[in-house]
Amino acid sequence: MSHAIQERPVSVAPRRGSLSHARLPRWTPAAVAAFSIAAGIGIGLAAGWHSKVQWGMIAALLFVLTTFAVTTKVEGSRQAKDRVATSLVWVCFVLAVIPLLSLAWVTISKGMEVLDMYFLTHSMNGVLDAEAGGGVYHALLGTIEQVGIATLIAAPIGLLTAVYLVEYGGGKLAQAVTFFVDVMTGIPSIVAGLFILATWNLMLGFGPSGFAGAMALAILMMPVVVRSTEEMLKLVPNELREASLALGIPKWRTILKVVLPTAIGGITTGVMLAVARITGETAPVLLLVFGTKLINPNPFEGAQSSLPLYVYEQYSVGTDAAVSRAWAAALVLIAFVMILNLVARGIARWKAPKTGR
Amino acid sequence: MAKRIDVSGLSAYYGAHKAIDDISMTVEPRSVTAFIGPSGCGKSTFLRTLNRMHEVTPGGRVEGKVMLDDENLYGSHVDPVAVRRTVGMVFQRPNPFPTMSIFDNVAAGLRLNGKYKKAQLNEIVEKSLKGANLWNEVKDRLNKPGSGLSGGQQQRLCIARAIAVEPDVLLMDEPCSALDPISTLAIEDLIGELKERFTIVIVTHNMQQAARVSDRTAFFNLAAVGQPGKLIELDDTERIFSNPSVQATEDYISGRFG
Repeated sequence: MSHAIQERPVSVAPRRGSLSHARLPRWTPAAVAAFSIAAGIGIGLAAGWHSKVQWGMIAALLFVLTTFAVTTKVEGSRQAKDRVATSLVWVCFVLAVIPLLSLAWVTISKGMEVLDMYFLTHSMNGVLDAEAGGGVYHALLGTIEQVGIATLIAAPIGLLTAVYLVEYGGGKLAQAVTFFVDVMTGIPSIVAGLFILATWNLMLGFGPSGFAGAMALAILMMPVVVRSTEEMLKLVPNELREASLALGIPKWRTILKVVLPTAIGGITTGVMLAVARITGETAPVLLLVFGTKLINPNPFEGAQSSLPLYVYEQYSVGTDAAVSRAWAAALVLIAFVMILNLVARGIARWKAPKTGR
Repeated sequence: MAKRIDVSGLSAYYGAHKAIDDISMTVEPRSVTAFIGPSGCGKSTFLRTLNRMHEVTPGGRVEGKVMLDDENLYGSHVDPVAVRRTVGMVFQRPNPFPTMSIFDNVAAGLRLNGKYKKAQLNEIVEKSLKGANLWNEVKDRLNKPGSGLSGGQQQRLCIARAIAVEPDVLLMDEPCSALDPISTLAIEDLIGELKERFTIVIVTHNMQQAARVSDRTAFFNLAAVGQPGKLIELDDTERIFSNPSVQATEDYISGRFG
């Protein structure tokens, strides 16, 4: 490296307009990063700081500055700007990943303590708060049923609304629908819960049930499905619709057989994101499903439980055993959403437009 | 099979904008009629009025009459879907359905119209692909996706798809403009074969192509940008390219335009 620097002015001094100039080796960013982290730790230790955040900030700052200094010296100022931009992107990426990894790590390490088959297959029936044991089966069952019913309500309505907006809409009605979908996106989950509580439970006189919770969840899910499906349908090239119509295929069949299959990958992903969103909702479930320690497989009658509600309840109890159960249930919740996501991705990949020969 | 198209007093609009003005012409059956003219003169719009695809565009509206033999396409009881089954179309950019295999692409028109017998399907697909000169290239990979073919093959796949539903008329909107000369030649040869069975109308920017493939040529022009396009003249291709009766046609063909 220094070799190149010394040599440049002497012999091969690039003439103006020459296309070649000194380049840093490929491993430079890695080396700079290693140096910065080492220096960050060193400075942190030397100064006696306890906060690892400070160490990290020093390291990040050093990474950007060292990159700039080294590149300016060797490659020139335009390359330096380029490398600084790249290193900033890397720093931001690391900053974004740290909370994610730390969250996953904490949940897994604390959740694994009590998570086993017994935990997954038993309810809290007869388990005292301070006592170890008990399980999450009733809550898992409740979550699956409530989210399932909510999806059954919200996905078809959302999908058809999006089809209307993209394929048929255009007038005042479509504008109004778009406006209300936007408004619905911003509804706080507790308000959706209160709405169902006011109409279904107080006005119509039904008791707490999984179905009541599912209706509130469906309200929260619908706008997300509409929005994402709409975007996916807009991505389908108009030429495909025209090609189909020009074959004398009616519009509804064109939508069903050409437009929707082309967009199915994105639509599935959108629906799954909406499912993931409502799976973690606590507020409406707290109001409408009420929570129970017992297994209640019937979503239409009687209180049920659900995973987020279970986590909330166990954490508020506060005993060691209960907090461990809360962590384990949180892990089950994350795993549940993740499995759903993987399944959806599998479906999307399987159904997606095929390329290749 | 092949039918005569008789257009009288046809104007087309995009919302308030008039795109083509008062066009009347006759397209002979079992022949190739080429539309030439500068960009924006309404050739493609006019072509799309011939199978009621113009009204698919938001704001698209048509006035006038298009007689297919003795039926007015714009009659009050005419179903546009039925019209498009009779008058097929091939677009500028090849657009095979990305979710479907080569076989399904060709079969799409029949399957999605719901009127076919399973046993016939194989036969029709083979016949259509042979008709589009594509059979030999794809017969071993009918189940592979259509989007994996080259551009020229994709365009021939689209032609096979269009002729599989046995239309009476085939409209082609600059079918070769996205293709290399060899694929273009393949498609031009194909057009020559297809005109035995279909009435073909082709829009092209390539005057040599119009001269090579068509029996009759129509020249469209517009007075100025923003003005509606008009039919200047329609005549035998030979006459249009050797001795056109309107000065504007000669100017356009010889490149002395404007």
